[in-house]
Amino acid sequence: MAFGAFATSAPVVESAPRRRSKVALLLLLPGIAYLALFFLVPLVSLVLTSFQAKTPGTDIGVYEYAFKIENYGFVFSTYSEHMLRSLLYAVVATALALLFSYPLAYFIGVTLRKFPLLQALSLTLVIAPFFISFLLRTLAWKQILSDEGPVISTLKALSLLGSDAHFTGTPGAVIFGLAYNFIPFMTLPIYTSLEKLDLRYVEAGSDLYASPVRTFLSVTLPLSAPGVISGTLLTFIPISGDFVNASNAFLGSSETAMVGNVIESQFFTSQNYPIAAALSIILMAAILILVSIYVRKSGTEDLV
Amino acid sequence: MAGGFAEAGADLELVGITKRFPGFTAIEELNLTIPAGSFFALLGPSGCGKTTTLRLVAGLEDPTAGRILIGGKDVTTTKPYQRPVNTVFQSYALFPHMTVLENVAFGLKRRRIADPLGKAHEALRLVELDHVAQRKPAQLSGGQQQRVALARAVVNRPALLLLDEPLGALDLKLRRQMQIELKDIQSDVGLTFLHVTHDQEEAMTMADTVAVMNKGQIEQMGAPEELYELPKTAFVANFLGQSNLFTGTVTNSGKESIIVDVAGTKIEVPRERAQRHAGEVTIGVRPEKLMLHTSAPKPTPGTNVIGPGRVNDVSFSGVSTQYSVTVPKLGNVIVFAQNMVFGPVVNDGAEVWLAWTVDHGFGLLDDPADGPRFEPDTDTKSIAVQRREKLEEELEEA
Repeated sequence: MAFGAFATSAPVVESAPRRRSKVALLLLLPGIAYLALFFLVPLVSLVLTSFQAKTPGTDIGVYEYAFKIENYGFVFSTYSEHMLRSLLYAVVATALALLFSYPLAYFIGVTLRKFPLLQALSLTLVIAPFFISFLLRTLAWKQILSDEGPVISTLKALSLLGSDAHFTGTPGAVIFGLAYNFIPFMTLPIYTSLEKLDLRYVEAGSDLYASPVRTFLSVTLPLSAPGVISGTLLTFIPISGDFVNASNAFLGSSETAMVGNVIESQFFTSQNYPIAAALSIILMAAILILVSIYVRKSGTEDLV
Repeated sequence: MAGGFAEAGADLELVGITKRFPGFTAIEELNLTIPAGSFFALLGPSGCGKTTTLRLVAGLEDPTAGRILIGGKDVTTTKPYQRPVNTVFQSYALFPHMTVLENVAFGLKRRRIADPLGKAHEALRLVELDHVAQRKPAQLSGGQQQRVALARAVVNRPALLLLDEPLGALDLKLRRQMQIELKDIQSDVGLTFLHVTHDQEEAMTMADTVAVMNKGQIEQMGAPEELYELPKTAFVANFLGQSNLFTGTVTNSGKESIIVDVAGTKIEVPRERAQRHAGEVTIGVRPEKLMLHTSAPKPTPGTNVIGPGRVNDVSFSGVSTQYSVTVPKLGNVIVFAQNMVFGPVVNDGAEVWLAWTVDHGFGLLDDPADGPRFEPDTDTKSIAVQRREKLEEELEEA
C-alpha cells in the first residue's frame, strides 16, 4: 500500500515525544527519589510531629500522635510577634542587600566588562567571604560592633554616640548581620543578568531621548529583573528562617529573637518537638504565600 | 531642542572632526556639510570610519577634536538624548521586553508628546506593521524588525535620521524592497537622512549625494552618476563599480584633450575629465563603455582603440557578459557587453580590439609615483594596517 506510508506518518510523529519522555523519566528518577526521601518524607514527618501531644505520665521530650490541632493555636497566640519580626527583618535586610548588591553587580558586570582580569578578581572578592565560616564571620562582626570595639568606641570618642549607647543586641545589628551574610546570594544572580545586558539597548534608550536615569528605569532594570527576582528569593527565604544572627550569642538579644531562634530553643532546650514543628510549618506557609505573591506581582513569565 | 517635532530636516555640519581611539585614528580632520532634506550616503569599506562618524553625530562617541553642528547649532558637547537625532541601528536594538507598540512610542513618551500611542500606530501603519503592534520584537522576522526600528526612529520626526547599515542583515529581495520604502518615507516626511553603508549599489540607488570614505577621510563626494562617471581617485574608481585603469605619460596637452602614451598606445582623454594634465597620470574607462571588435577598427577621431588582445575569460551574468581581455603591455582589460544576441559575441581565445568614445575616459588625481595602490601590498607595514582595519571592523561590530 503506497498510501500506508502517509497514513502511518502521524502516529510516528506522536510516539517520538513519548519515547523521549521515557528517557526523561529515567533521568529524573534519581532526582525524584532524592526529593521523596529527603523532602517529602521529612515534610510528612514534620506535619505529623506538629500534631503530637505529650505522652501522659512521661518525662519531657516524649510525645505520641494525637491530632492536637491546639498546637497551632498555641503557636499563633504565643509566637506571632516573632513571626512578624522575622518577616519584617527579612524584608528590610533583603532590601538593604539589594541596594548594596545592584550597584556592585552593575560595576562588576558592566563597568568592568572591558577588563576581564579585574572582573574575575572582583567576583572572587564577592565570593571570598565564603571561605571563612559563616559563624566566625558573624562572631567577628560582633567583636567589631561591640561596645568596646573599634566602631562604637570611635563614635563615642567623637561624641557621635552617647556614652551608654550600644549596637549589638539591637534590631539594627541583627538586620545588618543578615544583610551582610546574604549579599553574595544577591550579587551573583544580578551580576549574571547584567553581565549579559546588551549595551546597545542602553544606547538606543539614550538615542530615543531617555536620560540616563530614565534609561536605567525603563531599559536596564527590566532587562535585569530575572537576576533581581532570583537574588531577592535566594536572600529572603533563608533570612526568614535564620537563627544565627539574631541569637544572644551573636548580634541579637532576647528582644530580637526571630522564628528561627524560637524553633531552635523549642527543639533543643525545651524539647517541645510538636511546637517546633508547628512553627516550622507556619513559617514555611508564610514564606510560600509571600513569595508566590511577589513572583506573580513581578510578572515573571519571562523568568526562565 | 528635543522639545517637539522638527518642522523639517536640519543640515548637518562637521567641522574638522578627528576621532582617535587608543592606538589608532578612526577619523582625521573630517569636514562635511549635509544640506537639510537630503538623502546622504556615507559609503566605504569596513573600518573606513563611517560608523564612527555616525556615532559621533548621534552623540554616542565624543570627537577628539572638531565641532558638530545640527541646524546651525553646536551640539558637540550635548548628550545623545539631547540631540534632535534618531538612529536606526545596524542590530535594530529593539527593546526585547517591550511590545512593538511600546518600542515605537518610547521616544514620544520621553518627550511628552501628546497621544504617543496614536502616533506610534500611525508610524506602524507607515511601515505596514500595525497588525503586529502587540507582539514582542523576538516574534518578528528580520525584515519586520528592521521596519519597526525604522518606525521607532521616524515617529520622532528627528531633524536628522541616522541609518547604520540597517539593511545589512536582510536578503537581497527584501533589501531592494526596503530601499524603495526608505526612499519613499524620506520624500514623504522630508527629513535629512544620513545613511552609512558599504554597499555601493544601495548608496547609489537611494542617495542624492554619496560621499566615498576611505581611511578616515572623504575621497570624493557628489551625485551618484557623477561619482560613477567621473571618479577622481583610483579608490573611488574601483570601489564604486569596476574600472580599467592605465598609467602613462602625457605626451600632448591640448586645449580639448590630453594624449597619454600608455606603453606605446596613445589614449585620448577630454581635458575637463582629467584631474592632471602633465607628467605621469592614471587614466581609466568603465568596462561597459568598451566595444569589442573582431577586426582592427579604422582609427576615427573621437575614438580610442587598443589591441589586439586575446580573450582569456568569458563569464555570463544574465543581463551582460563579462569578457576579460589580455592586451600585451597594457594588462588585463574588463569588458561588459549587453547580451543583445544569444551566446557570447566572441569566444575564449579570440583576438579582439577594444574601442571607446574619448568622452567616456577619465583621468585620476592620484600620482602614480605614490606607488601602486591596488596591487597586492605585502610589506609588513601594510599587513599591520590591514590587521588594524580588521580589528577596527570587529570592534565596530561588537
